[in-house]
Amino acid sequence: MSALLEINNLSGGYYKEDVIKGVSLDVRGGDFLVIIGPNGSGKTTLLRLATRVLPLRKGDIFYKDENISAMDLKEFCRRVAFVSQDISTGFSFTVMELVLMGRIPHLKRLQFESKRDIEIATEKLSLTDCLSLKDKRIDELSAGERQRVIIARALAQEPELLFLDEPTSHLDIGHQIQTLDLLKRLNLRNNLTIVMILHDLNLAGAYANRIALFDKGVIFKEGIPEDVLTYQNIEAVYKTIVLVDKNPVTGKPNLLLVPGEK
Amino acid sequence: MYFKKRLLILFFLLGLAIIFGLVKGAVNIPLADLLLKNNQAIFNLRLLRIAAAILVGSGMAVSGIALQAILRNPLAEPYLLGTSSGAGLAAVTAAILGLSRLYMPLAAFLGAMASIILVYNLARERGMIADKSLILSGVIVSVAFSSIIVFLVSLFGNEAMHEMNWWLWGSLQVYDYKLLLLVAIPVILGICGIYLFAQDLNAISIGEEDALHLGINTQVIKKILILITAIITASLICICGIIGFVGLIVPHMMRLVVGPNHKLLIPVTCLAASIFVVLCDLLSRTLFAPVEIPIGVITAIIGAPVFIILLKKGRRI
Repeated sequence: MSALLEINNLSGGYYKEDVIKGVSLDVRGGDFLVIIGPNGSGKTTLLRLATRVLPLRKGDIFYKDENISAMDLKEFCRRVAFVSQDISTGFSFTVMELVLMGRIPHLKRLQFESKRDIEIATEKLSLTDCLSLKDKRIDELSAGERQRVIIARALAQEPELLFLDEPTSHLDIGHQIQTLDLLKRLNLRNNLTIVMILHDLNLAGAYANRIALFDKGVIFKEGIPEDVLTYQNIEAVYKTIVLVDKNPVTGKPNLLLVPGEK
Repeated sequence: MYFKKRLLILFFLLGLAIIFGLVKGAVNIPLADLLLKNNQAIFNLRLLRIAAAILVGSGMAVSGIALQAILRNPLAEPYLLGTSSGAGLAAVTAAILGLSRLYMPLAAFLGAMASIILVYNLARERGMIADKSLILSGVIVSVAFSSIIVFLVSLFGNEAMHEMNWWLWGSLQVYDYKLLLLVAIPVILGICGIYLFAQDLNAISIGEEDALHLGINTQVIKKILILITAIITASLICICGIIGFVGLIVPHMMRLVVGPNHKLLIPVTCLAASIFVVLCDLLSRTLFAPVEIPIGVITAIIGAPVFIILLKKGRRI
């Protein structure tokens, strides 16, 4: 199967130094790819390069064989959406207004949202369990509520490929599982391809069909969770000793942390 | 529906304000007598003032809205980018050089544009415009130019300078309808231009990167909008001088009424700011008639306390 997103020998970063140093990675249609790695290993930078926020220094990224740098930006955003960790709340839009912004890539300049756009926004709000918040202002929401609203907005773009940068970092365990379950459901039923950064390795193991472990701007190991989440790999990259067990219910790898001090 | 009703109410209020503006003044003339032949001159003069007021109100307020969204700073105002001091410096220099009054608007316009170009280039770093450096360089240029103005005035201060006073605090006394028309064209086109970007402004006000993820080319749109606001502000300064606070408090108040959605905010603020300036102008010429108080003083006296109240009361903007 050919790749949905093909990253070839990619380098890029912020100032003079490259943060991502020659990364190649294929995202296949239907993937639930989780990117893990220590702080500063280049995970977020990769996402920012792949969503055209940062310019590429070297290498290419192809979306369905089309070079993304040459694609029309709105066209690109109808296919690829991005969920950031948080958004600024300086101007207090309502939740509904914010989610409707997800329709911008589908609208022409000055075109007001149609009934259908509102239907789509409403549907995505109920998917993410946010419908009751729809008339609230975004600065009144808790961080967890806001996170789900941002996900709803990205879904309103109706993308084929969804990037998420630590979407569960502000959520309690209930909402973590609920959000990841939702994404898994969209992944399985609607064939939404997902590329997500997660810090929680157990969640990564539980949901991903593929994991890419980043270290110092390169991919240290990529493959199915069982192959990546081994104590050798984790120790080599995170410099931390862990025990790898199996989750008795799901059979997926389960990591136990070992404190240095008792 | 809700929105249309509010627009209608504002149109009605603007109509009332215009009628007030026509009837009241140093002398009060009943509406019926205004159209008489011997009142023709007064009628025309007042009509010009009202037209200027509407132009200043909507132009300044919409420029304010655009800059506030681009900079994601609700305290931004059109003069932030150094237009006022640049225009002031150019006008003062023109006066010292003994140029005729006729060239004053041109000098002011060029001064305003020059200072924006200066501020913009100071803030540019590797082809990108960072919000903070834009604000910072705006402030620095303003302070530098203002001090040069004071320096020049204290060295060469004479009667010619006296005339500058109205200008530094603003006046809607427009004698030349041709000049007003000339200014109206870029201002009206500019306002329409900004409205074309209403959707983009919504997204950009959430965050630059965020807007990019919605398919909006932020860097390009920012540049276009900075240019449009520059042209609007420079055009208005050259006929009316510096009228502060309009671009700041009216957008603020309207955000409290209709929220931050620019598709609604821009038309509503246009109307509200027009009403505000027409009424402020009315106060400026009637409070101590026949002495006219510069309108910038009135907007500041009303604006400053309103602004403080807004700032203290609701953190919500």
